[in-house]
Amino acid sequence: MAELKLPVSEKSIRKLEVGQFLELSGRMITGRDAAHKWLMEDFREEVAPYLKDSVIYHCGPVVNQKDDGSWEFIAAGPTTSIREEPYQADVIARYGLRGVIGKGGMADRTLMGLGRSGAVYLHAIGGAAQVLARAIPRVEKVFMLDEFGVPEALWVIEVERFPVVVTMDSHGGSLHDTVENGSKTKFEELLGR
Amino acid sequence: MFENVDLKETFTELVRRASTELPVEVTEAIRNGRDTEEDGSLAQKALDTILANIVLAEESSAPLCQDTGTPVVWIKYPVGVSTRRLKEDFTEAVRRATDLKYLRPNAVDTLTGRNTGNGTGRAIPSVHFEEWDGPGLEVRVILKGGGSENVGSQYKLPDTGLEAGRDLEGVRRVVLDAVVQAQGKGCAPGVLAICIGGDRVSSFEHSKEQLLRPLGDSNPVPELAELEERLLVEANQLGIGPMGFGGKTTLLGVKIGILDRLPACYFVTVTYMCWADRRAIVQIDEEGGLTWLS
Repeated sequence: MAELKLPVSEKSIRKLEVGQFLELSGRMITGRDAAHKWLMEDFREEVAPYLKDSVIYHCGPVVNQKDDGSWEFIAAGPTTSIREEPYQADVIARYGLRGVIGKGGMADRTLMGLGRSGAVYLHAIGGAAQVLARAIPRVEKVFMLDEFGVPEALWVIEVERFPVVVTMDSHGGSLHDTVENGSKTKFEELLGR
Repeated sequence: MFENVDLKETFTELVRRASTELPVEVTEAIRNGRDTEEDGSLAQKALDTILANIVLAEESSAPLCQDTGTPVVWIKYPVGVSTRRLKEDFTEAVRRATDLKYLRPNAVDTLTGRNTGNGTGRAIPSVHFEEWDGPGLEVRVILKGGGSENVGSQYKLPDTGLEAGRDLEGVRRVVLDAVVQAQGKGCAPGVLAICIGGDRVSSFEHSKEQLLRPLGDSNPVPELAELEERLLVEANQLGIGPMGFGGKTTLLGVKIGILDRLPACYFVTVTYMCWADRRAIVQIDEEGGLTWLS
């Protein structure tokens, strides 16, 4: 399994192809529904450095605050990405993201954005909250916790060998399109038409 | 009644079990699916990760999935017990379970967008009651995740586009359509819980109740048992696979319930449950004795 260090260059990202397993190490940030809307309402200078050349993880974790005030992720699998479809391509372009981690894949607007900006969609295993929480040894800081609540806040995290699969690449490839088309053909056959 | 038992504590433990321990037969179905997938395939790796996750969650008593879902509970109670007290006790248990990190604070004020912070809110948890003849309580809970809830659907027959009429063949056609529409987005391999008939509300409620049935049971209505089996086989031929990566394991089970309907209405309601098909049951006798089931 290939390892990918964050932050990452556009050149390295453009080498990636659909179907590859990767293990990510380095710093990334979480963000989901409220965060994507917020990131597009204005340029958020305070979080921009954490997005540049890194990835955003669609995740609403279960978090514990320890006695010394620091945070730890207790459960941290991906959430469904398609809800960010209206924003994702623009967020990638505006903040210089190199990737998105989530589940379920995204649609054409994002796929085109990946090609244009040089970024990839990385699929984590949905529901695998324990396996993935263990690949997040450290929580560095958090943005918008009071405003958005625990699941929707933007958490800056350090990951170590965080497992993902490339399911949408920067060359227009999408595993989701391939699987969906195949299933539709079989569906018509089962319906006898 | 039930003075000898701390119901809040018992309900908290029930929720903890539901969030952290998958029913044995669900894990078994995932393992069987794993063995049918090609060695080294994305599908097999996804299922291996899921199986590893199930072990870690139980060992560390931590949530299987960070989306700990809507707690939906069905409580059977004897004559004379206050359902208001039971509801208050269960709601308090959800607050405690949230505080203990068995649940994520999962209730958002829809108007303001603010998280209530304690896991409870309007219609959360969702509590259902049934008075029965038994002397004790039976409390059955599922944790229904949001990602899979989003891919649920309700059809009304006939459906011209799908050439689905008002019969079981029509039901089969729309259910397969629901699986194709869902792809891997509901965290496949999932369990389909279906209700045929009812009105729009009762149909969804009864479909969810199907999730209380063990995966391996057989529908008492022979036509429905046959349809359940056929739909499971056919859905697994669609090639969607775990997480929608492609593969043979798209569904782990199909459960169908039936309600009567108005002459004008023929609803088919499909609730999609993710692989984290979380369920826990406790029976509480008059003396406060507890029997834990899943």
